[in-house]
Amino acid sequence: MTEQASERQEFDVAVIGGGLVGSAVGWGLARAKQQVVVLDEGDVAFRASRANFSLVWVQSKGLGMPEYAAWTKRSSDAWQNLADELKETTKIDVAFGRPGGFTLALSEAELAARAQMLSRLHNQPNMVRYPYEILDRNALLKMLPQVGPDVAGGSYCPLDGHCNALRLLRAFHKGMRELGVVYRPNHVVDAIDFRDSIFHIRSNNGVLAVGKIVLAAGIGNARLGPMVGLKAPVRPQRGHIVATERAAPFLPYPIVTVRQTDEGSVLMGDSAEEAGFDDGVGLGVASAIASRAIRMFPQISGLNVVRTWAGLRVMTQDGFPIYDESRSRPGAFIATCHSGVTLAANHAGNLAAMIAAGRLAPELEVFSARRFDVRTAA
Amino acid sequence: MFERLPEAGGGTITIAVDGIAVTARAGDTVAAALLAAGFLSSRTSPVSGAPRGPYCMMGVCFDCLATIDGIGSRQSCLVLVREGMRIETQRGGRVVAP
Repeated sequence: MTEQASERQEFDVAVIGGGLVGSAVGWGLARAKQQVVVLDEGDVAFRASRANFSLVWVQSKGLGMPEYAAWTKRSSDAWQNLADELKETTKIDVAFGRPGGFTLALSEAELAARAQMLSRLHNQPNMVRYPYEILDRNALLKMLPQVGPDVAGGSYCPLDGHCNALRLLRAFHKGMRELGVVYRPNHVVDAIDFRDSIFHIRSNNGVLAVGKIVLAAGIGNARLGPMVGLKAPVRPQRGHIVATERAAPFLPYPIVTVRQTDEGSVLMGDSAEEAGFDDGVGLGVASAIASRAIRMFPQISGLNVVRTWAGLRVMTQDGFPIYDESRSRPGAFIATCHSGVTLAANHAGNLAAMIAAGRLAPELEVFSARRFDVRTAA
Repeated sequence: MFERLPEAGGGTITIAVDGIAVTARAGDTVAAALLAAGFLSSRTSPVSGAPRGPYCMMGVCFDCLATIDGIGSRQSCLVLVREGMRIETQRGGRVVAP
């Protein structure tokens, strides 16, 4: 492609990153009648979307930023509609269910810490209201008789749910294709120039001219952000998942660290490690995860483990997402989070609508990466 | 459907498949013994319910899964028969105790 050709805007918007965040935004933008191109890095990318646990989770999120709790609840409330629309348009059932979910405690101390944490969360000023319960062992047994003798109790929130995130990613991609979105894999973005209100994206496959740009590249956003005057201080945080063979349904609720998929596999994931860009599997971590899961549900101890893998979450200093727009290059946006499944309904809905309109709403200002700047002393 | 070669050697071994006594040959894999005895399906898919049985016979396809001596979802093509072995075919996903 020549420099000359790239001076004309070829698409309304380019989304950099084709994982759950990028594909949700891309699908939403296409539904908002934007001409969209998605540039995806390729199989060398650290794809957080393929290592996630598929929870659509509300309880416990937002301690330190109640706006995040409200944003999360809003997505959870919109999720059934998203699942219905994806099924209607793509014929893919993403297996969304919202039976409520549990966090389980394996000691009285863990239960007390949990109760205190949720109490602090919900006592914050401007905290969004929603129901949750702290259950002692007897109360828990009435809802979840499957738990083992080591379980002291837990917390329950009726807003929690789960889905099949692999099918969710596929549904977004199929939906994008049906809506005319151009998906270009193996495009590693090297530079982004801004001239005459047009972004010129240089990749290993030439130059592309677009009117707007959305950085949704997960950990890659740390490198891409400064190209358009945005900051994305994110680091990888490793999480392990252990998967068993398929079992007949026995666990009707998702637990934050143990869930049974719609097809019967039991997934266990209970780790957060600072391991840099190493996404290798540690057997010690995997066995600790399995051991805690078996204490919660002793009946799974006879199931065969068929896969264990690790992936890298996209983590900020405070654990909250970043949504931002560039002041120096209007039309450049960034979206980065570690809950691409839970927040998918917001990303495909509100966020995509804002980007299509060219401005983030004031309610998202709190998520700007400017919150990490050192304040000027008085 | 399957017949043994006339020159096949090995002594006779008795195993139980779903409680039925079945004759196998020493050196058979469980999958081979199942096929020779006419059990073409060792399980059903937990997702679709479709019947599945030994296919690749070399540990790759995972379609020959069966419960062997109480341990579920073993690759029957990788396990040799032993006298008195108990094989159960699997219907759907593993059932865990309630």
